[in-house]
Amino acid sequence: MWLDRLWQGVIDTFLMVGVSSLIALILGIPLAVILVTSGKGGIFEAPNVNRVLGAFVNIFRSVPFLILMVALIPFTRLIVGTTYGVWAAVVPLTIAATPFFARIAEVSLREVDHGLIEAAQAMGCRRWHIVWHVLLPEALPGIVGGFTITLVTMINSSAMAGAIGAGGLGDIAYRYGYQRFDTQVMLTVIVLLVVLVAVIQLGGDRLALRLNKR
Amino acid sequence: MNATVQRSLPLEEPTPHSAAQARLHPEKANAHVRFSQLGKVYEGQQGPVTALQGIDLDIERGEVFGIIGRSGAGKSSLIRTINRLEQPSSGQVLIDQVDIAAFNEDKLVELRRRIGMIFQHFNLMSAKTVWKNVELPLKVAGVPKEQRKRKVAELLELVGLQDKHDAYPAQLSGGQKQRVGIARALVHDPEILLCDEATSALDPETTQSILGLLREINQRLGLTIILITHEMAVIREICDRVVVLERGRIVEQGPVWQVFGDPQHEVSKTLLAPLQHALPEDLQTRLQAQPSDKHASIVLDLQFTGSDGNEPDLSALFSAFGGRVSLLHGGVERIQGRALGHLLLAVSHSPLSVEELLTRARKQAQHAKVLGYVA
Repeated sequence: MWLDRLWQGVIDTFLMVGVSSLIALILGIPLAVILVTSGKGGIFEAPNVNRVLGAFVNIFRSVPFLILMVALIPFTRLIVGTTYGVWAAVVPLTIAATPFFARIAEVSLREVDHGLIEAAQAMGCRRWHIVWHVLLPEALPGIVGGFTITLVTMINSSAMAGAIGAGGLGDIAYRYGYQRFDTQVMLTVIVLLVVLVAVIQLGGDRLALRLNKR
Repeated sequence: MNATVQRSLPLEEPTPHSAAQARLHPEKANAHVRFSQLGKVYEGQQGPVTALQGIDLDIERGEVFGIIGRSGAGKSSLIRTINRLEQPSSGQVLIDQVDIAAFNEDKLVELRRRIGMIFQHFNLMSAKTVWKNVELPLKVAGVPKEQRKRKVAELLELVGLQDKHDAYPAQLSGGQKQRVGIARALVHDPEILLCDEATSALDPETTQSILGLLREINQRLGLTIILITHEMAVIREICDRVVVLERGRIVEQGPVWQVFGDPQHEVSKTLLAPLQHALPEDLQTRLQAQPSDKHASIVLDLQFTGSDGNEPDLSALFSAFGGRVSLLHGGVERIQGRALGHLLLAVSHSPLSVEELLTRARKQAQHAKVLGYVA
């Protein structure tokens, strides 16, 4: 009986983390590119855009996830029609993950040697070519590493979301482990989470290493 | 091609319209790159910093042109105004008589494809193979795949890296990386190649091979090479003409043999010092300002600047002195077919006065002076 629930919890966690991280990946990379290239001396220099976006990212990054989740309840209801369940959790998770990942990706993009950008300009690259053929490929190992960290952080946050009714492993640990003092379930969930995080971290590290040709 | 062939002809027999003649009559030449009253001011933290001022300079088609100066002299800024990686604050850069200041992104991209550039730290894409690095400029220009393939293979062969197609830059030596840089810079068949301290990160042997490659490219493809360096040896090795830059101004310019044989400005002399035969220390300590007795040898420093186009005539020199002459130190080297250098001679038992010795020495050497006496 509880094994079925456990299985459901794993699937829910995967769903929440997977969907929100995927959206964070799709939105976060362009956000990071804009943050880097619109800065002073960047190839698309636009100080005002840079300031506004930077402030936005900082605001969402500084609100603790639990508070962000509660504060976003009206917005979540507007988007998915409910504040309960896996899909309701995806909204705050995505909103937390996107700026988080964007900042990490931004650091990797910023670390791309300015000489490479200069070389690309000298060879007749347009600005979009520089983003596509230079900035992104050169920063890719760092971006993969950053996405790994984002995934692990989102597993962490999804457990928090579970505690207020989103489902997933966090929900199971909370209900069985905390409310019913069922140590067996609690331990199983912990082991599952440790394994999950370890697998993601290992996979991410391997991939980043393989992509790194430096 | 023409310019190259003609450039290798002796200076004495200029053919019409040759680069050599253009050099003799600069007012007739249509400069490939012309700087006109160029200035560059940076906004520094402690107010504006002047990097370049009042630069007037013509660079001819097909020549290897050197820009030398100490670090911070403005070399980097100057070379970067040619492909507008650097925007001048005042004055003009004309390429084939066209002012590039007003170019929009399209025209700028077009211009940059006519100008290749190589860098001190190579600036290769670490995530791309050698092949992809060289292919990149063609790819972004929308060149069809088959054509790209042909061109990249051709250039990797030119630089001698046909067996490194799939290597990543991190797997290459410094010299190989610069060869990739050169292949990448030449992939659009540019008419100008800019070299930004291209050999400064390389060991002497690799430097020689890269300079050799650049010279070969200049002669085979006839492109104009403009290089900046802080090493006089690089200038001596491949340049036709040189300017010496100091605090953003041109302080000396001319054919390389001239600047090497007879540097006028203090900065040029300082930069040349490592290449010159300084007085050896043991001689320095023995040297006296006055002769100790009548048999003391006079130490003469004869400088040959190559301006007469002849090699030092030793027999004429020795018989003119009419005494015992020993060679203490020195030597000549050949730059652009001219012999130049210093000879330190000790003359004793000569019946001639010091003034007479110097007068006779000056018939052979362009400069002569007495350094002192040794017993």
